[in-house]
Amino acid sequence: MNEKPISRRTLLAGAAAAAGGAVLTNLPLGAQQKAGAVAAAASPAAPTPVAGARTLGAPTTAVGTRSPFVHIERTPTGEVTGWSYTPLQDLTGTLTPSDLHFTRVHAGVPAIDPDKHTLLLHGLVDRPLELTLADLKRYPSVTRTHFIECSGNGRSAFRAPTPDMTPQLIDGLTANSEWTGVAVQTLLNEIGVQKDAKWFLAEGGDACLLARSIPLSKGRDDAMIVYAQNGEPLRPEQGFPMRLLVPGFEGNMNVKWLRRLKFGAEPFMTRWETSKYTDPLLGGTIRQFSFEMDAKSIITSPAAPQRLAGPGWWPVTGIAWSGRGRIQRVDISTDGGKSWLEAELLSPLTPKVHVRFQYMWQWNGDDSLLMSRAVDDTGYVQPTMTQLKAARGPGTDYHFNSVRGWRVARNGAVTFEAAT
Amino acid sequence: MTAHRWVAAAVLAGAVLASGCRLDSRDDYLGDKAPKQFDLGHTATPAEIAAVDIDVLPNGAGLPAGSGTPEQGAAVFAASCASCHGANGQGMPPAYPQLIGGPKGSNVDFATDYKIPRTIGNYWPYATTLYGYIRRAMPLAAPGSLTADQIYAVTAYLLQREGIIPANTVLDAKALTAIQMPARSRFVPDDRRGSVGGKNVR
Repeated sequence: MNEKPISRRTLLAGAAAAAGGAVLTNLPLGAQQKAGAVAAAASPAAPTPVAGARTLGAPTTAVGTRSPFVHIERTPTGEVTGWSYTPLQDLTGTLTPSDLHFTRVHAGVPAIDPDKHTLLLHGLVDRPLELTLADLKRYPSVTRTHFIECSGNGRSAFRAPTPDMTPQLIDGLTANSEWTGVAVQTLLNEIGVQKDAKWFLAEGGDACLLARSIPLSKGRDDAMIVYAQNGEPLRPEQGFPMRLLVPGFEGNMNVKWLRRLKFGAEPFMTRWETSKYTDPLLGGTIRQFSFEMDAKSIITSPAAPQRLAGPGWWPVTGIAWSGRGRIQRVDISTDGGKSWLEAELLSPLTPKVHVRFQYMWQWNGDDSLLMSRAVDDTGYVQPTMTQLKAARGPGTDYHFNSVRGWRVARNGAVTFEAAT
Repeated sequence: MTAHRWVAAAVLAGAVLASGCRLDSRDDYLGDKAPKQFDLGHTATPAEIAAVDIDVLPNGAGLPAGSGTPEQGAAVFAASCASCHGANGQGMPPAYPQLIGGPKGSNVDFATDYKIPRTIGNYWPYATTLYGYIRRAMPLAAPGSLTADQIYAVTAYLLQREGIIPANTVLDAKALTAIQMPARSRFVPDDRRGSVGGKNVR
């Protein structure tokens, strides 16, 4: 059995606690005496406490934690070929805390020692190149904020919706982060891509070596190889030590634990772009290489399992995003889509990001049906469920971006309404 | 328009271009004069590349030497695959997909019902993908543990069970590359373009 060595600080803190003045050892002597007097005043033997007396707070720690009164978590957990959803209803603004960024794994999360990891670039190139993480960090870096959305996001809500579904369970496979890394274009300059190259294979270092074909044009446009997220190194579940970022493209293509890019003339036709991540269409065809995540939005409050306390003013707020560019407008309906009014957009309208919207609603206490509808800068309007099913069929498998509804009952209960 | 307005317009246009989403860090690189190449990392050797270059293309590129028969593959399947995919490849959806035994024929319309099984025989456009995927990812708990012969054999077994190759096939790189999969003609490129002429393409 391992025994943790006892540090001098632990010993000192223990001694201070034994003396009746817990963890005061980092304070100057005068302050310790004053704080000790406060602690003494709170002891059982003390006389009536001074009105308004305050207790000393907790000392500094190496890593911060959430308040014990806050319980926000991904769910489900324990999957090695599955998902864990971001709690959208518990988040505000637009950035997703890194530890709550949704996770999709196909063969678990690998534990990669960055000193033993390399990125190989080869195929139709003049100079095949092998890079360490340290090498990658010596190129000029770029920092961009982008969402990543799993293209299966919304599948449960499409196939088997229930009124108690929360934003997390409906659409929790999208998250938005600030990413730092190197533009793929910078590396293309280094390796000398040959003129016949039109695609590159991106391969991960997880147990299944997940691999996707990416158009070279995306590499020349805005793709990045990122090593940091929200100011810190990538977390293992997000691809440590490096991942591909293809802004606006389906999540699966943002290959985590990236270890290889192979340049070729044709797509590589991996399992993840043929038998999976393709869209059956009515009439028997199957749409392939449907990369862009089309415009979408969801109201995250009011939303299940919230209950409105009563009539009056309530902010209707949520997130909107488009894999094709900027969000141009978000409309809100409080009457089930009969009439629409424009919401306020609260965050910068950069391309391929989550945008926070808000609409101040004066609830009169009647049954209401709330909906949001995003419009992107191509003019694309987020479709209703009826329109989406008519276009692709009830058996479609990815890209579930229909309008989401929330019923508000007279008692304030909020329930999910999938039929829009 | 006066000259200074032209200049202002040009500066504005430049700013708009620079703020677009195209990412070439060299364009706005600040520092010593940007070199043609930064010359970091090291040039990969053929041996280093060969050690990890495992992908298999529809034209057969990347397929290794070796071969296997459906009969040999049945044994591999029973030992390495059946515990998740079932003795008859029926799977345990959604985590462990059904592999074989889906409905056949061009009139199968998958978009009408997600419960229609999408299997190797009705949904996989290239037989080479089967080899490539097993080589990369299967079996789930021990990927990389099958030999080239075993992968050819289990690939042959699955294709034979789907009625795509006869039972006496000896599957090797050449035979695998020659297979025309029934689902091949179903696949069409993405036609979505956001909104075109005011009309959504979904």
